[in-house]
Amino acid sequence: MRLTAAERALAAGEAGAAAAMAMRVVAETGAMLGASRLVEIVSAHVDGCLYHGDGGVLFAERLVAGHGRVAVPTTLNVGALDLCHPGRVRAAPARQAMARRQMQAYVALGCRATWTCAPYQAGHRPPLGSHVAWGESNAVAFANSVLGARTNRYGDLLDICCALVGRAPCYGLHLDDNRRASVCVDTSALSAALKADDAFYPVLGAWLGAELGDAVAVIDGLPPALGEDRLKALGAAAASTGNVGLFHIAGRTPEAPTVAAACGGAPLRTVTLTAAMVRAARERLSTAATGPITAVAVGSPHFSRAEFEALQQLLGPRRARVPLYVCTRRDLLAELDARGMLATLQGAGVEIVTDTCVAVTPILPSGSGVVVTNSAKFAQYIPANTGHDVVFGSLAECVESAVAGRVARRPGAWC
Amino acid sequence: MRRVGGGRAGRAATRRVVLARPPAQAQRLSARVLVDGTGHGRLLRLEAPISFWGGIDPASGLVSDPRHPQHGCSVSGRVLVVTATRGSSSSSAVLLELLYAGLAPSALLVAEADAILALGIIAAREMGWTTIPMLQLERPALARLPAEAQAWVERGGRVSVWAEQA
Repeated sequence: MRLTAAERALAAGEAGAAAAMAMRVVAETGAMLGASRLVEIVSAHVDGCLYHGDGGVLFAERLVAGHGRVAVPTTLNVGALDLCHPGRVRAAPARQAMARRQMQAYVALGCRATWTCAPYQAGHRPPLGSHVAWGESNAVAFANSVLGARTNRYGDLLDICCALVGRAPCYGLHLDDNRRASVCVDTSALSAALKADDAFYPVLGAWLGAELGDAVAVIDGLPPALGEDRLKALGAAAASTGNVGLFHIAGRTPEAPTVAAACGGAPLRTVTLTAAMVRAARERLSTAATGPITAVAVGSPHFSRAEFEALQQLLGPRRARVPLYVCTRRDLLAELDARGMLATLQGAGVEIVTDTCVAVTPILPSGSGVVVTNSAKFAQYIPANTGHDVVFGSLAECVESAVAGRVARRPGAWC
Repeated sequence: MRRVGGGRAGRAATRRVVLARPPAQAQRLSARVLVDGTGHGRLLRLEAPISFWGGIDPASGLVSDPRHPQHGCSVSGRVLVVTATRGSSSSSAVLLELLYAGLAPSALLVAEADAILALGIIAAREMGWTTIPMLQLERPALARLPAEAQAWVERGGRVSVWAEQA
């Protein structure tokens, strides 16, 4: 690892103990990964503010004590508390106090209190080709794939260290060669009706992550006007079933005007998706099939304005019989309130969760039971994290299930 | 003097399993050092890709993902064979917590340099807590490791493996 004079000065403590510790972590990790130098970044998104235990609190507070201050604009991922809705999170007071200390420490380091896993829908959109250091696997996938910014999957701890020194190890997805697709996923055999269903995209992502691991794929044959929320769902799913940090969609994402452009030539191999493969991937997302449910949970990644509008339309004048949790970012709350949507949704049994989500902290009704979700990421993590069974379905199936109080299927294009 | 496990010395004591030095017939392997250190314990092979976050409970050290083949196994004090990781970039934080609580594996043998896991170890070292080695071996070498075995990791990447007595 070759460090510049400025970087060596940081490591020597010129900018304080925290910057020196951060530079050691960045340089050592980078060297281990095969980086020969660091690259300057324009922004960071930090996932380290979620409480996992007291060790992480002490780490962040050590950086604060060492006069740490982020060197680039930095947004924060979710914490373990819903600061807008006190009492929403059911955790012991001591645990809540530590979770709050951890969130406060990251704000004290100069990070913006965005508390969202969808910072890219809260105005944090680094330009095409810019280098950034982002954490949280869905945010990384989105930044690389949809925005064309360049980041690796920077884990908790490294993300804040990169933000403090304004640099990241120059390896992996920062480099042109590693951004080219090696696999083409051909979806032309799938029906247009299937591709019009919102549930198709998280399922496609779940298949991609499970089958291709960390390979960069270009997906061909999808509608060119594919909406951002569908790309968000696809990336989040792929990054939770596999180590996907970057995918391309031919004709849609910025580094893939064509399959050949995304691959830098012909793909090394092509996989043709069949309806049976997609159905099997969908089935793998559920641990239950039928019966009464405990709750419905959506909003992983955090719900967008357009998703709230779709939810309200699907609900109509009806009321949910079980809690319908929607996780979202705090800056949408005021907007929903001003438009009168907040009161309507709450009156219909919608429970809005901000600053955190139901998969990372105790919010769902305690005990076992079945949770219906349209998020492949929730489907992947809820069974282990909360002990609930999950049923994966479209947003429409989530709403029908919430209204019925039991699993409601609308097979549509899937049969 | 640094306490074993950094945070809670009492619980950490349970992972100090007393082992004999490797016997003469032990298989000796030379691994690439990702994070140097020493550690020993029974091998535990994770037979499917794992995300430490959502897959291992930082408060107990148990594999908590019900869909993982090693669901219910404790990683604490084991020489953990990780052929593939997946998912969350929060896995570094979970490993940091395992180290802080004295519930970490005693060493990691990995197929690929995994920055997310290495970070948890490097951060623990920066905090002055006891750390563990992380070594990289080729996939075929990892695949040949016996299912029931003791492993002894020395500084510099030397690994001794021997079958457990019945």
